[in-house]
Amino acid sequence: MTPALELAQVQVGRDGRPVLQDVSLQAQAGEVVGVVGANGAGKTTLLRAALGLVRLDGGHARLAGADVHSLSELQRAARAAYLPQERHLGWNLPAWRIASLGAHHRPPAEARARAFEALARVGLEGLEPRGVLEMSGGERARVLLARLLVAQAPLLIADEPAAGLDPDAQLLALDLLREEATRGAAVVLTLHDLGLAARACDRILVLHQGRVLADAPPRDALSRKALAAAFNLDGELQHTAAGPVLVATRRSR
Amino acid sequence: MKDLRLNLLLAVVLLILCAAGLLLGEVQLTGAQFAQALADPASGPGVVLWEVRAPRSAAAVVVGAALGLAGAVMQGLLRNPLADPGVLGVSGGAGLGAALAISAGLAGLAGAVEAAALAAALLVGLMLTALAARFREPETLILFGVALSAFAGALTSLVFNFSPSPVTLAEVFSWLLGSVANRDWGDIGRGLIPMTIGAGLCVYAARGLLMLTLGDEAAALSGLPMARLRAAAVAGASLLTGAAVAVAGIVGFVGLAAPHLVRAGAGADPGRVLAPSALAGAGLLVLSDLAARLIPTDQELKLGVVTALFGAPLFALIAWRAARSWRG
Repeated sequence: MTPALELAQVQVGRDGRPVLQDVSLQAQAGEVVGVVGANGAGKTTLLRAALGLVRLDGGHARLAGADVHSLSELQRAARAAYLPQERHLGWNLPAWRIASLGAHHRPPAEARARAFEALARVGLEGLEPRGVLEMSGGERARVLLARLLVAQAPLLIADEPAAGLDPDAQLLALDLLREEATRGAAVVLTLHDLGLAARACDRILVLHQGRVLADAPPRDALSRKALAAAFNLDGELQHTAAGPVLVATRRSR
Repeated sequence: MKDLRLNLLLAVVLLILCAAGLLLGEVQLTGAQFAQALADPASGPGVVLWEVRAPRSAAAVVVGAALGLAGAVMQGLLRNPLADPGVLGVSGGAGLGAALAISAGLAGLAGAVEAAALAAALLVGLMLTALAARFREPETLILFGVALSAFAGALTSLVFNFSPSPVTLAEVFSWLLGSVANRDWGDIGRGLIPMTIGAGLCVYAARGLLMLTLGDEAAALSGLPMARLRAAAVAGASLLTGAAVAVAGIVGFVGLAAPHLVRAGAGADPGRVLAPSALAGAGLLVLSDLAARLIPTDQELKLGVVTALFGAPLFALIAWRAARSWRG
C-alpha cells in the first residue's frame, strides 16, 4: 500500500550546517509514528520537510505517493493536516470558529457542526463561543487540536500535541490521535515525554543530531543503548499495568 | 445578517455625516439658497454646493474608505491591532514622491503631484510585495516597513534640505499635512481607479487573512494559496494607501482607528471587518474634515493634523489594551 507519508534519504541544511541527514521514514494508514530526540535533534524540521515547508537538499518527501513539492496547496491540504507547535493565535475569535478553519473548504454549516463535535471530543463542550484569547494556554491548545481533527485528513502531523496540557489532557490528546488512526489516518507526532511516546505510538523514530538512530516499535527503539546515545539517560522503559514508564537517571558525561 | 445590519448602520451614519458636510460650512446657505443650488448648479450657491462642498465630502469619503480598508487589511496581515497603512512605509513613500514632484516645480501641472505620490507608493508596494513573498513572518515585514518608512522620511528631509525656495518648502509641507479642501471631481476620479483595484485585491485576500490568525505555517497547510493571498493583501493595501495619499496628502490614524471601532460590532474575524472598516474610515474622515472646517482658527486647520491629534492618544489607548491581552 502507498504510505500516507514517505521520506526517503532526506537532507536538509541550514546556513551550511546539516539539520537532517539521510532521514527516511514511512507512515501507513492506521499507524501512529512518534518522532523523538533531544532538543535540536531535528524533529520539527523533519515534520516541516514532510509537509514541504522547507527546501530539501536531497532525498524525497512524498504524500500518498506524490512529491510534496509538486502538489498544489489544495492537493497538499487534502493529503495532510498540520498542528504546529506554535500556538499563538492572532485574533480573539470564538473557539468554534478557530476549530472550523480545519474544514474551511466545506459548507459553513458542516464546518461548524464538525467544529462543535471536535470541541466536544477535546473536552471543551460548552466553551464553543468563548474567545480563544480569553482561554488558558491549555484550553487554546485543545482548540487547535480540535482544528486538526476537524480536517479529517488521511495524514495528521502534530508537533508536540501534548505540550502544555494537564496529564489527563495529554492522555486524552493521544487517545484522540489514536482514534484517528483507527479511523484510517496515518499519524506522525513529536513528543518530548518518552513514556507517553512509548504508550501512544506503534513505532518510534529516534533522531540524534539529524540522523535516524532507531526506527522500531517503542520497546526496541527506546532501548538502553538508544536512551544513552540520544538522550544521555541511564535507564529503560518499564512496562506497568498503566502503561510503559521511563525509569532513568541522567548519565554523567 | 449581523454583518449586513452593521454595514447598513454605518452607511446611514456616513450619509448623515455627508449631509452635514454639504449643509455646514464657512458660507451659511439659507433654505432658499439650497433650493437655488439644487435647481441651478451654475448659480453662486450652486457652485458652493457642487464645486466646493460636495467634492470635498466625496474626497473625504473615498480617502477615508481607502485608509480604513487598508488599515483593516494591514492589521489582519500582520496579525497586529496596532498596524496601520503607514506602518509599512507606503504613506512615507507617497509623501516623498509628492515632495519630489513639488520641488521639481510640477505643482502647476494638473495631476502631476498625485501621479508622483501614487508612483512612489507603488514602488514601495512592489518592494513590500517581494519581501512578503520571501519572508512570511509579520515581524520581519514590520521591520522592513519601519526601515522603508525611515528611509522615505530621510529622503523627504533631504528634499526639504535642498529645497530651492521657502515657498516650495511651505507648499510641500502644507501638502504633507493632508487635506481634502479644494479637490475637484477629476482628482477624485483619478484616485478612484487605483482604489478600486486595491479594494478588489483586498477582498480577494480576505479569506487568507482569516486563516493567518492560526499562524503562517498552519495557514500554509490550509489549502489556500497563501503566497498569492499575502501578495494581494500587500499590493491592495499599498494601492489604497498610495491613492489616498495622492488625493489628500498624509492623513494618519484613520486606518488604525476604523477597524477598532467596528470590531465591537463585527467581531474579530479579520475578513469580516473589511467592509465595515471602509465605511467607518469614510465616516471618521468626513467627521474630521467637518471639525477642520468648523473649528474657528486663523489659519485653516489641516485634516492630517486633526486626525493625528485625535488618533495618537487613541493609538496609546489601543496599545494599552492590546498589551493587556498579550500578557494574558
